[in-house]
Amino acid sequence: MAEMRGFLRSDGRKGIRNVVVVAYLVECAHHVARRIVTLSDDMDVHLIGFPGCYPNSYAFQIMTKLCTHPNVGGVLLLSLGCESFNREALRQAVAASGRPVETLVIQQAGGTRATIEAGRAAVARLKAIAGQTPVVPMARHELVVGTICGGSDGTSGITANPAVGRCFDWLVEAGATCIFEETGELVGCERIMSDRAVTPELGAEIEACVQKAERYYTIMGFGSFAPGNAEGGLTTQEEKSMGAYSKSGSSPISGLIKPGDIPPTGGLYLMDVVPDGEPRFGFPNISDNAEIVELIASGSHVILFTTGRGSVVGSAISPVIKVCANPETYARLSEDMDVNAGRILEGKATLDEVGAEILDLVEAAAAGDRTASEALGHQEFILTYKSFEPVGPACLPTRGRAA
Amino acid sequence: MSTPISPLILLHPDDNVLVVRAAIRAGDALDIDGARVTAAQDVTVGHKLARRVLAAGDKVLKYGAPIGSMTAAVDVGGHVHMHNMKSDYIASHTRQVVGGQVVGGSEGGH
Repeated sequence: MAEMRGFLRSDGRKGIRNVVVVAYLVECAHHVARRIVTLSDDMDVHLIGFPGCYPNSYAFQIMTKLCTHPNVGGVLLLSLGCESFNREALRQAVAASGRPVETLVIQQAGGTRATIEAGRAAVARLKAIAGQTPVVPMARHELVVGTICGGSDGTSGITANPAVGRCFDWLVEAGATCIFEETGELVGCERIMSDRAVTPELGAEIEACVQKAERYYTIMGFGSFAPGNAEGGLTTQEEKSMGAYSKSGSSPISGLIKPGDIPPTGGLYLMDVVPDGEPRFGFPNISDNAEIVELIASGSHVILFTTGRGSVVGSAISPVIKVCANPETYARLSEDMDVNAGRILEGKATLDEVGAEILDLVEAAAAGDRTASEALGHQEFILTYKSFEPVGPACLPTRGRAA
Repeated sequence: MSTPISPLILLHPDDNVLVVRAAIRAGDALDIDGARVTAAQDVTVGHKLARRVLAAGDKVLKYGAPIGSMTAAVDVGGHVHMHNMKSDYIASHTRQVVGGQVVGGSEGGH
């Protein structure tokens, strides 16, 4: 296998891609931004953006973290001109990170056609500068890997999810950073999780964040999590949630982060994706890609996406590796999948073998190989309104160890 | 195929239950950690069988984590489910569980 390599950024972090992002700062600039990306016809020019015209500090934070993500080598900001997004603060944050950044304001640039032309030229300049980024060897401990499940079915919890858990255990053992999330699907696991926390205070924070998730989803009309599907063999609530939770493996939990927080050290982190305070803007994450964006905003180089029924999505900025839990789904959608974890059900592979295959694919992606969703051109992106309070001091007990 | 495929998966080395990956029929011969056991009943995919002799009060470990406790003893290879196992989870006021009994149901998650 080819060796892992990274694009060395000025903050010392390494990216496994060298993407130029074109970021619209309000829906009114979306079309112009999309045309610039489409006309550039380049797998490494990606479209991201925030549609809202009203200000939101969460959206600003996520956009900033994405535009300064290690996988990003240059940024073009697309503004209509009258939206409230603080484009100058974002431009300064990107410039301060050492990346090339340009801003185009449609109202000043002469409208749609002129801005698209100016944007294409800007992308060419940004690509040229990003192309000079030093490429250096990358080690396993430098990887940040996120995981999510979507389109789950009865096979997810016994094949793909625990196989990802094996991969996470090996990554954490090597000193890498792994992130799992969706506290709303971990109701019933909070005591099991808090027992894995590296300090009792972190354990208490984890229990509190799962209780927050349960309350939030109850208000949103989801009702509470009931003991799972007994016909499928699940006996208890904690067992049902463990199906999703098994993606986390069995390492100690080193910290609790919120979207956009960068884990201070290697280890396993839980991301709290449920907004703080009373529900204001709707469901915590309206679809899988909203969760993927948050995992990337916290630094994930690559996303391990487990699916039983067969999601096809990828993402802007970071490659998505699809781990298919169900052998029948794999047979139907094999071009969209990277791993057939359903072989475990058929007795053709063990959890360890599939876990090792996933780890190989993470390292192959970090060596430059395209994942199935990347090769098919998937670059989904969604960012909506949310509100968070910062995490408390007990949430990151390893922070003092960070350099 | 020369070797029969085990219909059971061990999810974690610490586990004391195995998960059924292919339907088992009563009378089937099962190999559980080298012990030959005859299945006492039909068990469908996704259910759990005891990997060890378990007594009432024993924690049930799956994924390497406790997922509840036994309420009755079970032999190696016996079915572990609602009839001999319960949640250790302390139900909060919002959950549709009272004293370990389900009083309402809904699907959850996506």
